[in-house]
Amino acid sequence: MTESLVTTATHVIRVESLEKRYGERTVLRNVGFAVRRGETHVVTGPNGSGKTTLLRLLVGLAAPSRGTVDVSLDRARVGYVGHESLLYTELTALENLDLYGRLYRVPERRERVGMLLERFGLWEARAQRVGSFSRGMSQRLALCRALLHEPELLVLDEPYSALDADGAALLDHELAAPDRASTVVVATHEPERLDPVATGRLVLGAR
Amino acid sequence: MNGYLGDVAALARKDLKLELRARDTLPAMVLFVLATLVVFHFALPADAGDDASYGLLWIALVFTALLGLARAWAPEREAGALDGLVLAPSDRSAIWLGKTLATLAFLAAAELVALPAFALLFAPLDLGAVAGVALASLGICAVGSLVAAMAAAARGREVLLPLLFLPLAIPLVVGGVGASIADDPSRYLAFLGLYDAVFAILSWAAFEYVVTE
Repeated sequence: MTESLVTTATHVIRVESLEKRYGERTVLRNVGFAVRRGETHVVTGPNGSGKTTLLRLLVGLAAPSRGTVDVSLDRARVGYVGHESLLYTELTALENLDLYGRLYRVPERRERVGMLLERFGLWEARAQRVGSFSRGMSQRLALCRALLHEPELLVLDEPYSALDADGAALLDHELAAPDRASTVVVATHEPERLDPVATGRLVLGAR
Repeated sequence: MNGYLGDVAALARKDLKLELRARDTLPAMVLFVLATLVVFHFALPADAGDDASYGLLWIALVFTALLGLARAWAPEREAGALDGLVLAPSDRSAIWLGKTLATLAFLAAAELVALPAFALLFAPLDLGAVAGVALASLGICAVGSLVAAMAAAARGREVLLPLLFLPLAIPLVVGGVGASIADDPSRYLAFLGLYDAVFAILSWAAFEYVVTE
């Protein structure tokens, strides 16, 4: 599980001896890895192995019980897709992205929001409440939210879940884009899907 | 409006928009406070005097606020929206301040109905009493938004919120009732202002630690 760590200034993520406990239950134990700028790192493992917890630690939504999580970027440069969409179900797609665009200080946010909704096939549904969206549409919108501010680090937790073939192809295209500047960490049960772009893999064991 | 205050305004506006759309909170608060005042009107003996009725007004207001606070973070609980806000680069205290202002707007709207109803059913309200309500409402929403965020993350949130909030609201009730019945309410109003300032600063500073694991 623990890779040899040779850290340099090009590392975006460096995790050492990481342990996370919730009460008596240890979710992660002695996890270590490093990710360099521009790499795509795949995190895999069975249910309950701590993939989601690890990703929440990387983005700062949780604090380690022991060890260090060092991410060299501030949170303005991180995009995150979690198990949930992190969106307001009573707001429309457009209103959700506009709110996040404002909080992330996205320049020319209306144009950026429109471009992303178009790219992910949601432009026609822009005025619909997110609560009326299918799971797949919500996941597409969650990807739009995560990409809105052109993050330098993209952390994706099971991003293919609920996506139809078109949605999955869009995400594949996004991750394989030759001009992509982001470092990516993806937790998935289908690591082979990311074989064409993956530069590293972390396998977490069952607890 | 840019920067911190722009974020606060955007977050408060979002809550007002959600309420206008869902109408989950404000109608419930208005109906509750009116129903409570009507019940108190019939429950209070005719010779009880005005002082007792002011006490009942404050009970009605505190529990109406509690009703609003219980719903305050519900939109953030759905689909994990609070995580989305916490990850945004804006200062996390802006989330608390936006929520406090939105909750204050709902409480003020409920009070706009409740105070005339109180004057009609019980006794007139002078300027000191109204100022007491305004200052106490500020404190209720500042502290209440923080403890409601704490309770929202817990499993037994319906029980936890009153347990956390009501002890903190006792000084506000003391100040509010005092401002309503005292000949010179300035001492009580100063106390309420001090409470607001101290607890607003504490809540503003503590919020970041409430929303991270």
